[in-house]
Amino acid sequence: MKTTFVVNGKLVSVDVAPRMTLADCLRYELGLTGTHVACEHGVCGACTIIVDGEAIRACLTLAVQAEGTKITTVEGLAGEGELTPLQAAFKRHHGLQCGFCTSGMLMTLHALLSEAPDSSEERIRDVISGNICRCTGYIPIIEAAIEARDAYRALARD
Amino acid sequence: MKLPPFDYAVPTTLQDAIGLLSASAGEARVLAGGQSLLPVMAFRLASPAKLVDLRLIPGLRDIEVDDSVVRLGAMARWRDIADHSELAEALPLLPAAVSHVAHYQIQNRGTIGGSLAHADPAAEFPGIAVACDAIVEIIGPGGLREVAAADLFVGPMETSLAADDIIVGIRFARWRSEKRWAFQEFSRRRGDFAIAAIALHYDVSTEGKIVDAHVVAIGATDKPRRLARSEAALEGSVLDDDTIKRASNAASVEVDPPRDLHGSVDYRRSLVQTLLERALRQTLNWSAE
Repeated sequence: MKTTFVVNGKLVSVDVAPRMTLADCLRYELGLTGTHVACEHGVCGACTIIVDGEAIRACLTLAVQAEGTKITTVEGLAGEGELTPLQAAFKRHHGLQCGFCTSGMLMTLHALLSEAPDSSEERIRDVISGNICRCTGYIPIIEAAIEARDAYRALARD
Repeated sequence: MKLPPFDYAVPTTLQDAIGLLSASAGEARVLAGGQSLLPVMAFRLASPAKLVDLRLIPGLRDIEVDDSVVRLGAMARWRDIADHSELAEALPLLPAAVSHVAHYQIQNRGTIGGSLAHADPAAEFPGIAVACDAIVEIIGPGGLREVAAADLFVGPMETSLAADDIIVGIRFARWRSEKRWAFQEFSRRRGDFAIAAIALHYDVSTEGKIVDAHVVAIGATDKPRRLARSEAALEGSVLDDDTIKRASNAASVEVDPPRDLHGSVDYRRSLVQTLLERALRQTLNWSAE
């Protein structure tokens, strides 16, 4: 089925079987392997991407349902050679070890802090409870999110 | 696992959607948010020949609140309920319970219609629908009909819907502000399925007695159902330690919990008792805001 959508600012068109998830479409049809796939049934959060401004699980969305949407994946966060404040904060706080969950964590927190830059620590903890990390114990991730929150607040003020 | 193969259709009218379902002789399934159906398919517990996606049918996502009724369109998402400014006043139990439904990303896609049709006995929304005597609006080849939520659910993951029926909305009576209510859930992680939960509401008579008690257990019965013996223990009584004890003891006996890796039957009975006790205590010193 022919499906057309925008990924990271670029209009793309794919021809996929209805059974293909959006996560697999991004990885195998479009080469965007920054979106990771682990549980494939919506419990781990590794495949989180942003569709029309909202974080979703790309393993619980069909590629054909993406028709006409605007998608951001982890590849779309940073500019040329420059990390976003959130990514830089992850690096500074060691918010990752093996890195497998990181793209999902970044996309989840980017969506949350973009729509609600005043999110409390409690809210941040609640939201990333839907993303499983087996290395960091979450604390450095939460510290990174809290530090990056100021940059999102500044962005919201402009 | 990857999903089994299927055909996919995106009709733009309900009539076309029903036609597609009817033509598929029971082999097609409705796709709403997909947050329950797609995992079920990933586990190969269902392999429908066709998915009929409702996303392009207009008007199914609306939430309407007026002086007497709260109506949710079937494609309203958890997020839409959380974001709606009037629901916390019109039917506060609803957003309170919905805050326990799934995680952030799933709240952005999961729908109330999908949850009703999926009929998981551990899911919050079907329990709330039964606790509030909601009316489910269903459209099929014979037109629109209304079914009491309690009659929609037949058993675990089983409803009275025909293969070419589509849930289009659900109606709740708006509460008076004096209504007392509570929602208590226990899960290992907020957003996970309830190991057990309790939803309750009641009115207080001028003599200070409980009237119109509604108590529903979630995750501890084969389908969402009111706990008649607990309700009987509450009805006409003044809420005190003795009443709380009688009602919560009755609940632990009358539920019929499943045994799974999250807990034994006895554990869930005990949990239901504790949650009902907490829920009732929450309503003890009530100040209507």
